[in-house]
Amino acid sequence: MTTFIDQEASRRDFLFIATGTVGAAGTALALWPFIDQMNPDASVLALASTEFDMAPLAEGQGVTIKWRGKPVFIRHRTKEEIEKAKKTPLAELKDPVARNANLPPDAPATDENRVKDATGKVNEKYLVQIGICTHLGCVPLGEAGEYHGWFCPCHGSVYDTAGRIRKGPAPRNLDIPPYKYVSDTKIVIG
Amino acid sequence: MSGHATYEFKNPIVRWIEARLPIFSVMKAQAMDFPTPRNLNYWWTFGGIAATMLVMQILTGIVLVMHYTPHVSMAFDSVEGIMRDVNYGWLIRWLHANGASFFFIAVYIHMFRGLYYGSYKAPREVLWMIGVLIFLAMMATAFMGYVLPWGQMSYWGAVVITNLFSAIPVVGDPIVQWLWGGFSVGNPTLQRFFSLHYLLPFVLAALVFLHIWALHVVGNNNPDGIDVKSEQDTLPFHPFYTMKDLYAILVFFLVYLAFVFYSPWYLGHAINFAKADPMVTPPHIVPEWYFLPFYAMLRAVPDKLGGVVVMFASIIILFFLPWLDRSPVRSARYRPLYRFFFWLLVIDGIFLGIVGSQPPEGWWIPAGRIATTWYFIHFLVVLPLLSQIERPKPMPASITEAVLSRGGH
Repeated sequence: MTTFIDQEASRRDFLFIATGTVGAAGTALALWPFIDQMNPDASVLALASTEFDMAPLAEGQGVTIKWRGKPVFIRHRTKEEIEKAKKTPLAELKDPVARNANLPPDAPATDENRVKDATGKVNEKYLVQIGICTHLGCVPLGEAGEYHGWFCPCHGSVYDTAGRIRKGPAPRNLDIPPYKYVSDTKIVIG
Repeated sequence: MSGHATYEFKNPIVRWIEARLPIFSVMKAQAMDFPTPRNLNYWWTFGGIAATMLVMQILTGIVLVMHYTPHVSMAFDSVEGIMRDVNYGWLIRWLHANGASFFFIAVYIHMFRGLYYGSYKAPREVLWMIGVLIFLAMMATAFMGYVLPWGQMSYWGAVVITNLFSAIPVVGDPIVQWLWGGFSVGNPTLQRFFSLHYLLPFVLAALVFLHIWALHVVGNNNPDGIDVKSEQDTLPFHPFYTMKDLYAILVFFLVYLAFVFYSPWYLGHAINFAKADPMVTPPHIVPEWYFLPFYAMLRAVPDKLGGVVVMFASIIILFFLPWLDRSPVRSARYRPLYRFFFWLLVIDGIFLGIVGSQPPEGWWIPAGRIATTWYFIHFLVVLPLLSQIERPKPMPASITEAVLSRGGH
């Protein structure tokens, strides 16, 4: 009797383990569609790009437009704002990286790198950035805060006139979306 | 606790069912004859009150779903429709909205009762830990429910809380997009929150069942924190505690209904009467009152990841409470030092709530940091240290002796 069980055991063990493995792997694989259905769907991904003409913006004027459901700040900066941003030494910045989707991820956060488009064109008057605080996603207020750039009312993050984080809990500069100039004043975001 | 009692039922139908599914004997043993310590005070009624509030939330919630539309263009208006057009819609909605607050009031009192009388200590560790799970599930349910009316505070609350996950290194941003189903909080987010807000209360009900099951294995703790030694120490649950609980539930409902009828918006925020606008953040975002202490801890740390870690740690630490407090004496009645620190923790928690309601400016920032630090010191330093140095007061030999020595009967 014992020998009988022993002989059968190896074959049974194999079948048990094989069945268990297929069952576990199958369940794990079947889980993926249930997880992935929560990711952005095709209709959301399709709304990828927006065009905007900045010519009507007067100096010192800014607008907020919508791209992928997010606010995008477009600001025609004054001369003083540009000067102030340019004069800031990089060593004073909390986040030394440009956070510009059009540049390599390690590009330094100079004022020039904050206004560069995907083709390398620079028009320092126009600053285009995603209007979402990098802390917890509130929309910061313009021309506010200690550096007269942006100020987030939720948890007190302060950005300068180039949208770089200077004080408060936010870890990164405001993100620059991917965009390029299609004429001197017209841009395509996305 | 009482094991399987053998009951003889007279009714032949009951006998027939009982032989196939012993539901009548289980009900009688657990819900009626269950031996309960004779010295339970009114702080012990808040478990029953909390369970009643869960039932209220499920009942009113099921009715609200009959009239609510989970879509960004219709959610806000459908809630206004409930308030103005649906027969008694205003009543059902205010019962539900205020019910959430009163559910939390009951649960917070229930938890602090557990802290005061040492109800988390052996052999009730699992009972306590299931309770912490219930608390977590409640918080998730309340958060998602608050998003559904799609007002300004609903929307921006959802933005801030989902963004907490973006603090996780590397995978943070993909996780947040996965939670949103898009690149910002939008219709897919609202629909999944609605789905989960309907699911979670039933998960809660299942957890409450496990909580009560664990309670019925080890039996109630009591204000003296000493074990039941004989039948003399106990009373049958029915009618002694069914009636005591019912009385407390009625008094609790008096306060709850006073809010519902006379000041239904008092615990909410006026800005949530404005429809969600993804382009404009309200000047001052605050969560509902029951999240304020945790919100204060989030903001106390001047670093994004650090703040998120501290906030979650403040709840996770409760899972370890049975092993942080090593004192063999349960009740604070016999622990003079612990009693002092317990009340200090209560004050610290209330103070954190006040800090969380204020804008993060001026002296509120250092105040929030000190209060947050104290919260962790209480659990990580004070409790382990007290179990070493505290000299407890002499304990009565039994519950009966404790009751009689205080002139009770």
